[in-house]
Amino acid sequence: MFAFLSSQPVQTALIVGSCAALVSALIGVFTVLRGNAFAGHALADVSSAGGAASFLWGISPLLGFLGMAWIAAFGMEFLGVRKARERDLATGIVLGAGLGLSALFLYLDVTTTSTTGAAVSVMFGSLFAISQGLIWPAILAVLAVFLLVGLFYRPLILTAVDPDLATLRGVSPRWMGLLQLLVLGLAVAVCALAIGAVLATALLIGPAGAAIRLSRRPAQAIFWAMMIALTAVWSGIWMAYESYYWFSGNAWPVSFFVVVLIFLFYLLAMFGSSWQHKYRRRGITSLRRLQEP
Amino acid sequence: MTNQSPILAVADLSVDLGGRSILRDVSFDLYPGQLCALIGENGAGKTTLLRTLLGLITQRAGTVLIGAAPAREHRELVGYVPQKINFDPDLPLRTRDLVRLGLDGQRLGLPFFNGRTRHVVDQALQAVGAEDFADQRVGELSGGQQQRAVIAHALVRKPRLLILDEPLANLDFGSANALVDLLGRLIVQQQMTVLVTAHDMNPLIPVMDRLVYLVDGRAATGTVAEVVQAEVLSKLYGYPVSVLHHGGRILVLPDAPENADVANMNRCAGHGV
Repeated sequence: MFAFLSSQPVQTALIVGSCAALVSALIGVFTVLRGNAFAGHALADVSSAGGAASFLWGISPLLGFLGMAWIAAFGMEFLGVRKARERDLATGIVLGAGLGLSALFLYLDVTTTSTTGAAVSVMFGSLFAISQGLIWPAILAVLAVFLLVGLFYRPLILTAVDPDLATLRGVSPRWMGLLQLLVLGLAVAVCALAIGAVLATALLIGPAGAAIRLSRRPAQAIFWAMMIALTAVWSGIWMAYESYYWFSGNAWPVSFFVVVLIFLFYLLAMFGSSWQHKYRRRGITSLRRLQEP
Repeated sequence: MTNQSPILAVADLSVDLGGRSILRDVSFDLYPGQLCALIGENGAGKTTLLRTLLGLITQRAGTVLIGAAPAREHRELVGYVPQKINFDPDLPLRTRDLVRLGLDGQRLGLPFFNGRTRHVVDQALQAVGAEDFADQRVGELSGGQQQRAVIAHALVRKPRLLILDEPLANLDFGSANALVDLLGRLIVQQQMTVLVTAHDMNPLIPVMDRLVYLVDGRAATGTVAEVVQAEVLSKLYGYPVSVLHHGGRILVLPDAPENADVANMNRCAGHGV
């Protein structure tokens, strides 16, 4: 069962996949807390244009994804994000424009370069085909995200809880929003590299969404999101590797297994949390009964 | 009490928003240990006045002094409880965490465990009677409990002035009475000064020292006996109103239709002030 660990592409996949899992779990919790899931999804989708452009210009795909995600983040912030409805509108408009660019670059990839499968690997990822040279940049991106979130941990949470309360404590919701989008861009770039731009949302929102239902503290939510994401990514890599034998020589993509596992985890968390609620309420009443004389 | 300097001094305050005049020449002082009620209908300018006091809006004219300094410089003297925060039931944040954010939510770095911090948070939880749900998620609490949690968040830094925006709206009678008791207790036990807005003054009458009565951006200020009089309020509304007293409760009503024009009647109808 562990023979697959000796394969070099599997090792690279495990490292880059773990980076994506950790960073997306961390940022995912803040994204879900702030009700920003749509913006996260949009940044991931738009980053596909950068991934496609990187094939065209021969630059690192990580830089491509990151550059486009940051441009989109500034675009959304610039187009206006005051009210929730405007925020959705600005996000949608940037998303549309970004995907248009993506369509153009993917078309040019196919017609002007000898790259094959660019569209699939940009949109849906090919974790086993990632070059070893991307390991260190991915790790650096993760460290940057951990450092920034660690530094601004409390102001970010306070802003997510209520922007007015944040303002009164001297925290600018505007700057925190921009910081969050920039860090989200970094996370999205690593995720897009690992499981593809379109599927990055699953890794970003799924584990965080599941963990939030099971936690009572932000730190606890982040911990469980990381555990769920790592489990999904590692199991996904193992299953994709093994699926070569299951389907007589036709291995299924890693991204598929990762996304399916995340979905299952989310369903489990949903049932788990409703069970937990019932149990807790019953627990409290029985405790009261004990205390009554 | 008047030999002390006021904790809050508002003088000739005028505020415009989007080219529209919202507040005109509002003046009042608030001394330490007082509870002041800011009464007015929806749209009278209560929230605008609060946001100006907090330095979130800049005035066109007039001054706001908190502890004898401009409002923006003395934000740490003020605790603020906004009208309604929609906490998601799934928000992974305990009451205790929310209160701690009031203490050090602006700090950089991770919130490591700290015995002194925990003690200060416990004190704030105790002051509002929130010990029982300190470890529950904020989103799972009832409306009244959430309000206590937010008050503890505002209290934890030991401000001298506590400002609450419509704390009695959305509360049932029982929770509303409990909250009024709590405000009275805070003034005595924590030497707090409280400014609270409401559209109905009645629940606050037992604890209120002063009253700022806002109509269309203009204010009458003083004690209940000074302000809630037919002559004072008729002048403020711009049409004749009557003040009815019944069992310690007060009702302000416009006079019969032949004395007042119908448009004004409709504006005033349905507000129990």
